[in-house]
Amino acid sequence: MSHEHEKKPFSLHLDVSDFLPADKEEKQSLVVMRESVSFWRDGVRRFRKNKIAMASLIVIILIFIFSFILPSFYPYGYEQQIRGSENLRPMQYSEAELARIEAGEKVFPHILGTDNLGRDMTARLMMGSRISLLVGLVASVLVLIIGSIYGAIAGYFGGKVDLIMMRIVDIIYTVPDILIIILLMVTLKYPLQDLASNVPGFGWISDIGIGLISIFIVFSLLYWVGMARIVRGQILALKEQEYVTAARALGASHRRIIGKHLLTNCMGPLIVTTTLQIPSAIFTESFLSFIGIGVQAPMPSLGSMASNAIGGISTYPYRLFEPAIMISLIILSFNLLGDGLRDAFDPKLKN
Amino acid sequence: MGRYIVKRVFLAVVTIWLVATITFFLMFMIPGGPFLAEKSPSPATLEALNRKYGLDQPVIVQYKNYMLNLLKGELGESIKQRGRTVGDIISRGFKVSARVGGISILVSVLIGVPLGCVAALNRGKWLDNLIMVVATFGIAVPSFVISTVLMLIFSIKLDLLPTYGLTSWQHYIMPVIALSFYPTAYISRLMRTSMLDVLGQDYMRTAKAKGLSQFKMLFKHALRNAILPVVTYLGPLIAYTLTGSFVVEKIFTIPGLGNEFISSITGRDYTMIMGTTIFLASLVIIMNLVVDIAYKIIDPRIKLK
Repeated sequence: MSHEHEKKPFSLHLDVSDFLPADKEEKQSLVVMRESVSFWRDGVRRFRKNKIAMASLIVIILIFIFSFILPSFYPYGYEQQIRGSENLRPMQYSEAELARIEAGEKVFPHILGTDNLGRDMTARLMMGSRISLLVGLVASVLVLIIGSIYGAIAGYFGGKVDLIMMRIVDIIYTVPDILIIILLMVTLKYPLQDLASNVPGFGWISDIGIGLISIFIVFSLLYWVGMARIVRGQILALKEQEYVTAARALGASHRRIIGKHLLTNCMGPLIVTTTLQIPSAIFTESFLSFIGIGVQAPMPSLGSMASNAIGGISTYPYRLFEPAIMISLIILSFNLLGDGLRDAFDPKLKN
Repeated sequence: MGRYIVKRVFLAVVTIWLVATITFFLMFMIPGGPFLAEKSPSPATLEALNRKYGLDQPVIVQYKNYMLNLLKGELGESIKQRGRTVGDIISRGFKVSARVGGISILVSVLIGVPLGCVAALNRGKWLDNLIMVVATFGIAVPSFVISTVLMLIFSIKLDLLPTYGLTSWQHYIMPVIALSFYPTAYISRLMRTSMLDVLGQDYMRTAKAKGLSQFKMLFKHALRNAILPVVTYLGPLIAYTLTGSFVVEKIFTIPGLGNEFISSITGRDYTMIMGTTIFLASLVIIMNLVVDIAYKIIDPRIKLK
């Protein structure tokens, strides 16, 4: 065989052995031993290592259980007014309840006390947290959908389209949101009421609550601009990539390129921005409810519970502390979760 | 630079006009005019009142008249607070709000910046951890929670500070703390990150190698660069202080602009709603503009687009 005689180092003669099919061992050496780490798995691995983020995730799960699952097992309703049980301190029983205990009946304690109408504070706190979480989640999903589509279109098409679309964003961005939100909250109330009671098929509006619907409308009108800016920035960089050119060459439609190639590739910033939107939405909702134009009574909200507590603040301070601690806990854990997700999925965004 | 400023000013004017227009038409969507709350006015009185304030004309004509007056700088007369012009009420309310807000902004910068620097210089040590834990909690607590808790402790339990009004310096303590809590926490976090960033730069090593004193290094080189992000935050900070003042003024019954805004909306005082919204919006927009332009002047590295 040819490889038996010595090969001269600078010979121009081709070595036949180089052209033989590779044997099994050689093939084996080319197989990558380590499994390829996907974007998700890499992020999850980094996220798991972050103790603070994991702790905040657990707290959030607990709050979800507390506000969505626990109420169905809890003996008191949030609207239920228990006669004779007004203004109870935490773990205190009313006389009627004490009599029932004497008689051998089991009475579930008012763990966090009751308010001035005899409503159980724990049940109200559960419902209030549920409202806060709902507002946070729905609002940020709306922001995600509107903002990412808008930003992607502006970034993808560029040129005049981009210029006009981003000018609109700039204008909405400089509008002081809270002024418009307060105005909208007051104005939207009446047309929505009208729609709910007079037009068939819109009865669901009153089921969800007019206050909540207006909050969602307001958020989807004003809060998406931050998301749109971030997505546009990402898309501007991504659309120059080869795989986009390849997709275009293969005849993919604009819609498909944006949806399948561009948006999926900026998942990291999308997730992080959406998560960090949740606490800010909750913050705004509690603020609106506190000044009395958010969620309508009898539906409790953490903001309105805190506002109601001011009247009896010297005698019943716990009524203020309960919603106050809850709202701070929710906002804190979502903030920390968002920070953790950013570190895990979008290291470039750090700082 | 000139082009940039012209562009930004134009954008600001458009935004203010847009806010004014949106507010104008939204206002007319609220049913129940400003006079319905009064003791059942006779149809004749109602008509006379409507005519006096021009409310009997079509909305478009009213809009045109209002905008023309606005260009002249006239905001009209308050419908609810008879005999007082909107401009008058705004200037009185704003003096109060600006004093409380201005002090809070000053306090949050004066406390937040040093805290952030101290944290960055002691990176990883207990002092840094302590400051960051406090700051992280600080940005999670809404201002209404802080206000009410402060009131409970210092006015009701300890009876040290007055709860309402704004007549002596003691009255300022609680509203200012409540308003500056969040921004202080935010600024100290911001300052820490940017300080750490600056401390890792090459010119800092050069400064150290030159044998500069610690003091000179910190104040002449590090601080001046690290404070830039705080300058950009001033715009949002002004907007935040304004928003926060709605709640804080309500809790501490301060006769400021935030209070006027909320009560004008619930009272359907059309001219007051328009006046306060346009004033507050212009304030925020102009302040943002000033901060942005100032930032470009301070930091020559920022390219003017």
